[in-house]
Amino acid sequence: MVQFPIYLDNNATTPLDPRVLEAMLPYFTNKFGNAASRNHAFGWDAEEAVDYAREQIAAIVNANPKEIIFTSGATESNNLAIKGVAEMYAAKGNHIITVNTEHKAVLDACRHLEKQGLKVTYLEPAGDGLIDLKELENAITDKTILVTIMYGNNEIGVVQPIREISAIAKKHGVLFHTDATQAVGKIPVDVIADGIDIMSFSAHKMYGPKGVGALFVRRKNPRVKVTAQIDGGGHERGMRSGTLNVPGIVGFGKACEICRLEMTEEAARLSKMRDQLEKELLTLEESYVNGNVAHRLPHVSNISFKFVEGEGLMMKVKNIAVSSGSACTSASLEPSYVLKNLGLDDELAHSSLRFGLGRFTTQEEIDYAIDYVKKAVTDLRELSPLWEMFKDGIDLKSVVWQDH
Amino acid sequence: MAYSEKVIDHFNNPKNVGTLDKSKKNVGTGLVGAPECGDVMRLQIQVNEESGLIEDAKFKTFGCGSAIASSSLATEWLKGKTVDQALEIDNMEIVEELALPPVKIHCSVLAEDAIKTAINDYRVKQGLEPIKMNEHH
Ligand SMILES: Cc1ncc(COP(=O)(O)O)c(C=O)c1O
Ligand code: FES
Repeated sequence: MVQFPIYLDNNATTPLDPRVLEAMLPYFTNKFGNAASRNHAFGWDAEEAVDYAREQIAAIVNANPKEIIFTSGATESNNLAIKGVAEMYAAKGNHIITVNTEHKAVLDACRHLEKQGLKVTYLEPAGDGLIDLKELENAITDKTILVTIMYGNNEIGVVQPIREISAIAKKHGVLFHTDATQAVGKIPVDVIADGIDIMSFSAHKMYGPKGVGALFVRRKNPRVKVTAQIDGGGHERGMRSGTLNVPGIVGFGKACEICRLEMTEEAARLSKMRDQLEKELLTLEESYVNGNVAHRLPHVSNISFKFVEGEGLMMKVKNIAVSSGSACTSASLEPSYVLKNLGLDDELAHSSLRFGLGRFTTQEEIDYAIDYVKKAVTDLRELSPLWEMFKDGIDLKSVVWQDH
Repeated sequence: MAYSEKVIDHFNNPKNVGTLDKSKKNVGTGLVGAPECGDVMRLQIQVNEESGLIEDAKFKTFGCGSAIASSSLATEWLKGKTVDQALEIDNMEIVEELALPPVKIHCSVLAEDAIKTAINDYRVKQGLEPIKMNEHH
């Protein structure tokens, strides 16, 4: 039996794996100690649990446990990485390179620094979401201190050529940060092989709890430092003060361990269902996949159904939980900047749905979703004046629209 | 966003979806919005030339649920009215009837614009002056 609504928004967040919850529970009750309390068993228990989690987390990305700094999530990790590097390496330079399809946590941290006088280059990806490596290299100057480019995109799932990017950064002696929030736990991420200097990721995107994340900060070749953005007791090697969220960290550790052990199998299962969903939905006329399909996370599909509007479509498909790139501009919201920055017509950006499959997605759910979405699109097109015009052979570009 | 029951009802069972023959002299068509804004509404009225009453109204809308509901409701209200009575329909009545939240008010504005544009199209076809559209926002 399929239960409604079906959750297909695993890029927004993932449900907690019951095994993770089980690992966390004792740390809410009798094992409540502060990991920084050095003088009694409560503190030692907590510290031991944190150390163990740090190893589990380091293991999934092939880092040293000492290179893991705990934060409240990827938003904070991105802020710490970008602002922390800008401050720490201010004497070396004042230029950062990023991409205009990054998560807001990266883009807004960059904007913040621009207001303080730093220079930021925003690379524009090609229509398929991939960046041009030549453009990246050309953008590097002797003032560049950081390249920050995400691993896998949250809206379209496109995976950037991380090894090539890191090689270019290294060649020019520039640090490389990546927001790997959507990638860690889903595809193999290896900070050594991938040449990553700093990396953000978050527990709640990989079946762990919300409100806990990590920043990987490389300790050798090169040794990287970031200036703390939160001052206090000097926790986390002085880079992030604050009493550690022990239950959250324990859950994060367990979540990483499960992902590490099950990733290969899970990715194969999810990509098979994703491909089936995508193939079926593309049998609808005038539907298009957004983003490169060869370099993509295994569980994501972003599809535009031309001539139906995303918000209306989401309401029509209320039995499935998905997200849309649409936000009517009159409501003073913009359609997805990621899709727009791929060069999609606003019209197509307004017509998109993002499907994010996850660990608990079943074949029955996908079978249901296929028929359900097909019917919804077909029904809404019956209601759409644009569909009718298209069917009558009218070029919508030639119509003079009356704005309001 | 939580939708009111009335929005959901119009959305799931939209009234008067369809197309009238826009070449007819007694049919007025209003096409408002723009695809790149995420909303396009087409509303049509057909006026009985003897009685002067709107005898049919149809719509098609590309847009959010509130826009679809607003246009569906508008077509219901239009039927049986004279053109002059139809001109009186105010977007705030739609807002009230559908319990639209503030961010969705413009969906009702769009419906009012569509009504007025359709009426003007009809008036021009009848050799009358178009009425002035008042500015919203
Ligand atoms: C790519 C990416 N970066 C950063 C974040 C923010 O993560 P968090 O919710 O842990 O702050 C998200 C999640 O929305 C994301 O998808
Ligand atoms: S038409 Fe813009 S939000 Fe409804």
